[in-house]
Amino acid sequence: MTEERYNRQITLKDFGPKAQKTLGGSSVLVVGLGGLGVPVLQYLNAMGVGSLGLIDQDTVELANLQRQVLYSEEDLGRPKLQVALQKLKAQNSETNFHTYDSFLVRENALEIIENYDVVVDATDNFATRYLINDCCVMLNKPFVYGALHGFEGQVSVFNYKGGPSYRCLFPDPPANNEIPNCDDNGILGVVPGIVGNLQALETVKVLTGVGEVLSGQLLLFNGLNQSFQKIRFKPKEENLKISALEETYDIPICHTVPTVSSEELKKLLDGSKFIQLIDVRSFMEFDDYHLQGSHNIPIDELENRLMEIDFDHEIYFLCQSGKRSEVAARIALSQYPSAAVFHISGGLNRYSAVFS
Amino acid sequence: MTVLLFGITKDIVGSSTLSLPVSSTSRLRTVGELKDYLSSTYPRLRNLSSLAVAVNNSYAEDSDKIDNFDEIALIPPVSGG
Repeated sequence: MTEERYNRQITLKDFGPKAQKTLGGSSVLVVGLGGLGVPVLQYLNAMGVGSLGLIDQDTVELANLQRQVLYSEEDLGRPKLQVALQKLKAQNSETNFHTYDSFLVRENALEIIENYDVVVDATDNFATRYLINDCCVMLNKPFVYGALHGFEGQVSVFNYKGGPSYRCLFPDPPANNEIPNCDDNGILGVVPGIVGNLQALETVKVLTGVGEVLSGQLLLFNGLNQSFQKIRFKPKEENLKISALEETYDIPICHTVPTVSSEELKKLLDGSKFIQLIDVRSFMEFDDYHLQGSHNIPIDELENRLMEIDFDHEIYFLCQSGKRSEVAARIALSQYPSAAVFHISGGLNRYSAVFS
Repeated sequence: MTVLLFGITKDIVGSSTLSLPVSSTSRLRTVGELKDYLSSTYPRLRNLSSLAVAVNNSYAEDSDKIDNFDEIALIPPVSGG
């Protein structure tokens, strides 16, 4: 049965019976049963990967159906793990499936990943992605990365034969809310299909040694103009030596407040464009001296007077030393996380020292 | 100089490519200076704590040199799956 079933791969020059046998003896963990996980699993399962690990704890929702094509209307409300297992078994009864009814977390990750030859990152969040990266570096496993933004996708194979890891591209996770996810940003249904299929292809190459693995290269796909671009990058020693997982992979909800220097502020003020400069010192201090064009909202009143600020345009907070302005920026960002908020480092003290 | 924009940088700038005239790029010597220049024009870029930059399809550090003929790509991490 096997030979007939995989006949088109066995007769394929450069693949053949040897690669097919290797595939049959291989195991792959697919983390996430969403837009990327679905096509990855459907194809790895069809092509004859011997063992597949599935991990996810979400249930099928109506908004999943435009891109997660394994699920049907009748599956709404059911656990993805259960539905996926049932459908994949029907697709290929020869595959050994292992299911994990949980999310991949710091407490279970090493123990689970240890059992597989390759991990496919089909997650939708940075915390899990960094966790997978660190586990794979520690356990010396390659992982096949895929991620999406709108009409775009990124694909790469990390930690493959001494090649670079995810941290060699992006050393630390971005701050919370810095990068929107699919839920907030939207995604065209077919795009995860394309990116997931590319991941499935790379997984097969990693397992069988056929072709050139996308290691040390980041593939950038843009569906709007059908462009594929490859960026070369190198391993960095410090990212390939991880001896323990981090204490936590939760990304704290604290906003780093971008600063603007006195010199940059001067340039902005001298430019022709109006800038929204909010001086958060007291009324007395403001009355005594202030920069032309600045608007006074004392820090104590800020929360009640946020409506005086135009959050669709850049906002620059200023105070005497740079301390109150940083607090002001945090207050503003807590209410309007995606606004362009800055504070002037060193405040008026530094500005006056440089430009008096 | 051509700057290709991916992910959220494209949304911030409002276009997938920027062509910067020689008059504004000739004094920019490094990747870091280009980032500062772009951030002054598009302040929301400054919010990105994690941003990779490629020069002529190779990953680049802030200190790497650039010139007017280079093609630059801004590559933020993306999270969707």
